[in-house]
Formats: sequence, structure tokens, C-alpha cells
Amino acid sequence: MAESTKKKKKGGRKKSDAEMEVKAEEASEQADVSEETTDQEAIAAESAGDETTDEGDNQVAAPKRPDPDWQKAEKPDLSLDERLQGLEEDQLRQMMKDMLLARRFEEKAAEAYALGKIGGFCHLYIGQEAVVTGAVHAQTPDDYVMTAYREHAHALQVGMEPGVVMAELFGKETGCSRGKGGSMHMFDKERNYLGGHGIVGGQVPLALGVAWAIKYRKEERVMQVYMGEAAVNQGAFHESLNMAALWGLPVVFIVENNRFGMGTAWERASSLYDISQKSKAYAMPGRVADGMDVLDMYRVTKEAVDRAREDSGPTLIEARTYRFVGHSMSDPVHGVYRTKEDVEEHKEQKDPIRLFADVLDEAGIVSQEELEEMDDEAKRISAESVEFADEAPDPEPSALYEDVYANEDVNGRLYFDGRERP
Amino acid sequence: MAEITYREALNQALAEEMERDPDVFLMGEEVGVYNGAYKVSKGLLDRFGEMRVVDTPITELGFTGLGVGSAMVGLRPVIEFMTYNFSILAFDQVVNSAAKLLSMSGGQFPIPITFRGPTGAALQLSAQHSQALEAMYAHFPGIKVVVPGTPADAKGLLKTSIRDDDPVAFFEGEMLYNIKGEVPEDEDFTIPLGVAEVKNEGSDVSIITHGKMVHVALQAAGKLAEDEVSAEVLDLRCLRPLDTDAILATVAKTNRVVILEEGWPYGGISTTLTTLIQEEAFDHLDAPILRVTQADVPMPYAKGLEKLAKPSVERVVEQVNKVLYR
Ligand SMILES: Cc1ncc(C[n+]2csc(CCOP(=O)(O)OP(=O)(O)O)c2C)c(N)n1
Ligand SMILES: [Mg+2]
Repeated sequence: MAESTKKKKKGGRKKSDAEMEVKAEEASEQADVSEETTDQEAIAAESAGDETTDEGDNQVAAPKRPDPDWQKAEKPDLSLDERLQGLEEDQLRQMMKDMLLARRFEEKAAEAYALGKIGGFCHLYIGQEAVVTGAVHAQTPDDYVMTAYREHAHALQVGMEPGVVMAELFGKETGCSRGKGGSMHMFDKERNYLGGHGIVGGQVPLALGVAWAIKYRKEERVMQVYMGEAAVNQGAFHESLNMAALWGLPVVFIVENNRFGMGTAWERASSLYDISQKSKAYAMPGRVADGMDVLDMYRVTKEAVDRAREDSGPTLIEARTYRFVGHSMSDPVHGVYRTKEDVEEHKEQKDPIRLFADVLDEAGIVSQEELEEMDDEAKRISAESVEFADEAPDPEPSALYEDVYANEDVNGRLYFDGRERP
Repeated sequence: MAEITYREALNQALAEEMERDPDVFLMGEEVGVYNGAYKVSKGLLDRFGEMRVVDTPITELGFTGLGVGSAMVGLRPVIEFMTYNFSILAFDQVVNSAAKLLSMSGGQFPIPITFRGPTGAALQLSAQHSQALEAMYAHFPGIKVVVPGTPADAKGLLKTSIRDDDPVAFFEGEMLYNIKGEVPEDEDFTIPLGVAEVKNEGSDVSIITHGKMVHVALQAAGKLAEDEVSAEVLDLRCLRPLDTDAILATVAKTNRVVILEEGWPYGGISTTLTTLIQEEAFDHLDAPILRVTQADVPMPYAKGLEKLAKPSVERVVEQVNKVLYR
């Protein structure tokens, strides 16, 4: 299938795209705490055979190293019109704006982190934008979204104010979690955004519970839960898939397979390479989406969301993507676990924003000029979010003991540190 | 008032709260068709149907997280652990989700969930099935811990726990399900959280305890009375919130304290109480605070060893005699 996929003409890149990449580069250089690139071969190359065997029901794919067109492996060869089907021009434009904002916002976050305005762990989404943008566009604002800690783009995608998201990163009182959550724990009840979870796989059973509540109340909503591919090895994932299928719950499990859990390549972590196949153990549909192609993400997720809404059935989606930056702001972009060339190659050939810009250009929907305007707008919003966060107040000391319990109207003592409340 | 068992009291509390609030549902292993491993949920499936009395696979982490997630969007789950020993598999969701979501979300997501099930040792169930884990739960801010020792307390406190907007870990004594006691029949009978109760008035020494150990303390008090020692038994009923006024009052009254708990001594409930009393009632003490806990070993199977490991009436009497310098 890889052969049949249209290759993009090289060298034909437009100025603003190149510019865009330079910026992304800058952000990732900042993230790079200068671990030297090693010439070490991808460990995966030796550890895995190339053959996929699929002989009968008992056979499953052997671990194998991704071929260069790994992300597109199961993508149907659709015409431009078919790819755009069901999407209005306005929505397509909005998708582009959303991806640009996600990119520019993260670049600003990287800058602020370098300046010490953001502390702790800070995991950027650069490179993966197509996943959440495509998937969230496939649902309605009444539906729920929950994810792990690589979540700034998810928060923005559900419509949270960029300033409020940035203020949370800055640990400010007017941040979405009042400065108690930070980068990994954003929440917005009003927008059905259920966080922001830091234990790998921990959000998956929670999402199951939300889907349970939807069914319990006979609502027509859908729960979208995201996780990194490393979460797939957790018991929580498997327990949740089992119950979701057993009870027919309206949940879409979206695995953002960016190939690495920190520095561990997927083929070094899973006996079964093809994540979507794991759904078979639970009699659940499993799908693969090209996580570098926002339209493919939309297509695959839409089908799953519709099924969840109509038949209350779950789906497992493996979104094959790639992160252009280090695991977190304190991790190297490349080094022992992946080569600089690998990262460069992805940035050059698979940048989801550039790929989508080409589609919109080809379809005559967004011109070069308009794209630049959109990008300027995304930069302006991101810069303003930093201004908002800069000016936002720190939490008062009295906030320390707030929101620990919802009901303190009890007899006796709830806190045992012997301190006066500020 | 009617005389019913601890088990029936819990069953009534569940049924009444499910009747009262359609958002309340019970989920756990064997709670439905089988009527509960300890028959606490007897008859509830027939009465409320399978969306509200839900048999789960053996998948503690999964269904506990499910409960917490459903509470995020406003349901009021009661999650039954067949015993608290198995809740250790679910502990990530208790600690990292239930206890922290309200705080991490800046107050947006209260988690009105109740965890319940039996705690502590029964008879010869050996190491993995004989643990009193209250201290482990009480360790975490964000969780409330309730430990009733009598049928009336079980009913009144379970109803309050289900109505409470925070995660409540409700510990039932595995050996208490059959004990009987007077329980008010009124459907509005509830007991507020954080109110301890003096189960036996006394003036010479205070035995502070909770849960199943209340009965051990009462027996010890009976024995001591034969010796003309007047022991006060304070039943905490809740560990978080904790009725510190009641604790400080009994210390001020008797000036001598023995703390009795079923769990282990290291980082146990008694450790926290000892700290509290020495910080806030040091001047009232006429003797060091002594403790009776489970032996600091995994519970052995052999009958004789198990008996040695568990807190006993004899050991309580012994420690009381020591604080009285008798
Ligand atoms: C239970 C648990 N173990 C370990 C960690 C530390 N940790 C944080 S992120 C991470 C890698 C996860 O990778 P993946 O799920 O693929 O998500 P990605 O970072 O690629 O988005 C690890 C090991 C954790 N947060 N939780
Ligand atoms: Mg990953």
C-alpha cells in the first residue's frame, strides 16, 4: 500500500512552510538538553524480524521495525474529494487553525519553560497535532474528552481559552485548575474536558466510568479517551477494554502511538506490534489511523464515534504518529533511543501541518496567503496567552487547603499537620 | 428500634439510599446474582435491576476506576470490595484518582463515591486475606475513612457516607456481619461523620479504638471492672474526619491511654493518635501511651500462631495494667 500512496514532490516546499519548520526546530532545540546523537542503529532493527505472518486465527503479527510509511500502512487510497467528504470548508479551515494554534502554543510553552516560568514536567505535542484535531472534530461539544499528561493541545482543542491553559502552566490562580494541576492536570467541566492524568494508563478506567454513566442515564454522548502507546501494556487498559466491550459502552479508545514511551521503542515493549489487533481479544473493532493526517484521523474517528453513539459500542483506534520533540522539556529530542535522522526525516516528510496545508492548497480551500494569515493569528493568540498568564495572580496562601474535600461540613478534624490554616 | 444484624443494617442502608437517589448504584464482584460474597447485597438485584446492582469481572483496578469516573460526572457509586485485601489491586485509582481529582481540578470534580467491604482478619485465612488496611487509606488527604463497629453505626454511617460528596472508604468488620444490635427504623436515621462515641463510661483509663476492636475493648473493660478498674471505651467510628475533641476529652478525664487497633503498629492509626495526644494533651498524661496492635508480622495460618498475632482481651488488660502501674 505504501507504494500507491502519493509521494509529495520534494524541494517544492513553500517559504512559510519552511519557516514553520524552522520555528519548530527552534522549539525542539530548546527542548534538547544536548545529549549527543549516537550513531547507534535503532535497536529495533536487530530485535525484530521483518515478516508479518497472518496464517489463521492463532497467528498474530510478529514485532517488526516500522517501514518508512508505517503511519500510512492501513490507509485506503482515496481521492482528494473522498478525503474531504463530509467536511465543510469552514470546518477544514478551522482544523488548520486548530493545528496551527496547537503548534504555536507549544512553541510558546517551550520558550516559557526555558525562561523558568513553567516548572515540573512539561510534555509537548509538537508533531502529533493531527491526532487530537482530527478526532475532536469528529465529535460534538456534548461529548467527553479525557487524556494523559501530553494534553495542552487537547485542552485547546475542546475550546479552552489559551490564556487559561497557559496560566495553568504558569501555576496561576486563574489557570483552569487554579494552579493546582499544572501541565499534566488540566480540567474544564463546562467543556466536558475531564483531564489531564499523570499515571500511565490511569485515565482509561476513569473514561470507562464516564461511558458507564452515559449508558446509565441513557444519554447519546460519547467518551473519547486518549493514551500513549505505552499505556497499552498496563492492566488498566485491558481491564477497561474488556468491560467496555462486555457492557457495550460508548467509548472510543484512541492510542496515540508516537512509537516511544520516553526512550523505549514500541517494538521493545510489546510482544504484539499491531496495537489495533489487541482489540480482538475483547471482541471489539480495532482500527488504524494515520496520525500524521488530520483527515484520516477524522475519518476513522468519525466512524467510531458514530458507532458509539448509535450502538453504544466501543472501538480501539491506533493513531500512528510521531513526536518531533523530546519526551518532556527535560528530555533530549534524540539520542540513544532514536537518531537525529529519524526525527529530521519525520519533520521534513510528515509534518502534519504541512501535509494538511498541501491538501487545502490543492483543493483550493486555503491559499498560501491565507495560511500565512492563519499562522500569524495563531502566533498572536499564543503570545497573548503568555501575556495573560504573566499578568495572572498567584494563588493565595489560603488556597492551600481549598478543594481537598468537597464537604468539610463534618464533625472533627480532616487535616493532621497541626498547622493553622493560612 | 428493631434488633437486626450488622449485615441487615448495611443491606437496609444500601436499599434505602438506592431508593432515595437514582444516581446511587452498587458495583462489585458477586454483588448481584450471588447476593454478595457476605450477603450484604441480598435481594438488591431483584429490587433495583442490573444497571444498579452490577456484577463485575474480577478486575478491581478496572471497576474501581469505573466507579471514580462515573462519580466525576455525577453518579454516586458504591463500590464493593469482596474484601479490602483485594482493594490493593485497585489502590492506584483510590489514591491517584479518587483522592486527588477534586484538588487537581481546582475544585471542579468532587468524587462522591463510597468504597466498602470487610477489613481485618477472620479465622485462619492466612497472610493475604487477613489485613486491616484502614491506616493505609487514612494516610491520604482527600479520602474519608469510616469504621463502624455496631449494627446501628453501620447503618447510620453508611447512609451518611453515600450521601457525602467526597470519596469515603467504609470498612466493615469481617467478623461483625452476624452480630446483632438495636437499630432505629427511621429512614432518615443517619450519623454524622466524625463523631466518636463513648461505648463504656470509665474514669481510670481510656481505651481508644474502632471497628471490630470495639468489642475486644468492651470485653477487656468488663474484665477490668471485675478488678475494680474503670475503663472508658471510646469508639472513634471515623478515622478521617477524626473526633479529636472526644479524644482529648477522654484523655483529660482518665489521664491514661491504651490505643487498640487491629492493624500493624508501624505508621498505624495508633501512631497518629499517639502523636496527636502528646502534642495536644501532654500535660494530662500520667503515664506513657501504650498500644495493642496486630503482631508486626504477616498473619500466620496456624491457629495458635494466629491467636498470638491478633490483638486480644488479655493483651489489652495487660497494657491497661501497665499504664496504671499495677
Ligand atoms: C504508571 C506510570 N509509570 C511510569 C510513569 C513515568 N512515565 C511518564 S510518561 C512515560 C512514558 C509513556 O509513554 P506513552 O504512553 O507512549 O506516552 P507518550 O509520552 O509517548 O505520549 C513514563 C514511563 C508514569 N507516569 N506512570
Ligand atoms: Mg508514546
